[in-house]
Amino acid sequence: MILFTISIVVLAVILIGVAVYAVMQKDLLFAVIATGIMSLILSVLFFLMQAPDVALTEAAIGIALTTIIFVITIRNTSRREDEVPILKESDASEMDDKQKAKI
Amino acid sequence: MENIDFNQILSIAIYGSAVGLILIGLYAVLMKKHLTKIIIGLSIIDAGIHLLFIAIGYISNGTSPIFSEKGISLVSEGTKMVDPVPQALVLTAIVIGFGVTAVALSLVIRLYRHHQTARIDQIKTLKW
Amino acid sequence: MRKLLVLFLLAVIAFSLYKPLSTIEFGADRMGSIENPTTVGAYYLSKTPSELSVANVITAIVVNYRGFDTLGEVSVLFLAATGLGSILYRRRKEGEHSISISKPSSQLLQAGSKLIYPAILVLGAYVFIHGHLTPGGGFQGGAIIATGILLMMMSYKDFHLNHTVLTWIESLAGITFATIGIAGLIVGKTFLENFMPIGTLNDLFSGGIIPIIYIAVGFKVAAELAGVLDTLLSIKEK
Repeated sequence: MILFTISIVVLAVILIGVAVYAVMQKDLLFAVIATGIMSLILSVLFFLMQAPDVALTEAAIGIALTTIIFVITIRNTSRREDEVPILKESDASEMDDKQKAKI
Repeated sequence: MENIDFNQILSIAIYGSAVGLILIGLYAVLMKKHLTKIIIGLSIIDAGIHLLFIAIGYISNGTSPIFSEKGISLVSEGTKMVDPVPQALVLTAIVIGFGVTAVALSLVIRLYRHHQTARIDQIKTLKW
Repeated sequence: MRKLLVLFLLAVIAFSLYKPLSTIEFGADRMGSIENPTTVGAYYLSKTPSELSVANVITAIVVNYRGFDTLGEVSVLFLAATGLGSILYRRRKEGEHSISISKPSSQLLQAGSKLIYPAILVLGAYVFIHGHLTPGGGFQGGAIIATGILLMMMSYKDFHLNHTVLTWIESLAGITFATIGIAGLIVGKTFLENFMPIGTLNDLFSGGIIPIIYIAVGFKVAAELAGVLDTLLSIKEK
């Protein structure tokens, strides 16, 4: 019981820490890897709480497949969260000066 | 040492982290501007809800709901098993969550192709 | 201002979640006795070994008691795969590679993935064939097979998935599921009724229609997830 309590508490603390890191990180690739680690810890927690079926599903889908589709998306879009885009000429001409100054 | 209430600590840790995950994800959905970050927030909310369901179904000192060879006699002896219904529901929810995430990310890719940005504050037009 | 508003909203949600959760004690036995079930979970636990002779109660719930739900879930997954393909549709040029990984992967990754790819496929097949005996089932096994296919896609540039075969596997698995459901309607009384002999507990051939449906679900999920990954990986980089 003591070991169970300690492991659950430690995993829960790491879980929250990793989730906060995933939200606060500006580099999206790091954030996605943090989400994958969150899934891994979640899978261990499910296993400790006597749900092996759910742990197996989370391990296969949450860690491998969700992470890879996020990585593919980041490869096809921008990597930094605060990135300013390169504007196309047509877009730039439509904007007035106020909007330009904002960007 | 004897008068530590383990169940109290456990319930604070598990329910706290589940609710914490839901709140962190909701914060990301509401505050962040980048669409990929918003979808990361959605998957964090998903994770929190799954954890909450499994935690509510847990019974202390219970075994996982899979019968062994002498399984039927185990039931009559009064050995506890955890609740199988939340586990079945979460099993469904994880797979559906993957489908939802995949479709959302494909929409992000499509939006980026059109606007050259995935930040919602820089997308000025409504039509694409 | 916006941040304050959001934090206030989150505080309200946290408080409203705290109130009901504080009444639910962690680890308390809320199920009632298995001999005289009062909750639906205890009912499933008490009936599964005698009614279906399936060792894994979660499989019994997912495939038999809530089988209609699973049919809907599989169709949602199918719709997600189809929607993904149509959202990202782009006409391919002549002689274009299906996978858009620009750099070739290293020798080590290629040799290693060739070595463990069959093992991953066998593990996935094991997981969904034994879904009614051990933890696992169609969804888990299908996802494991999809990760194996993903490994090959990422290490070999010319690894080619035949879309016709994928579509056929997917359609046949879906048709099998629906046909077994309708056969239950014809032979017995209800849709997805377990009309086959249930056998003895902990045998591979036990549980009636449950292993057949879960194998079909495994093939279907594997084909759909592989299709999703193939669609996403074949996006051209600008």
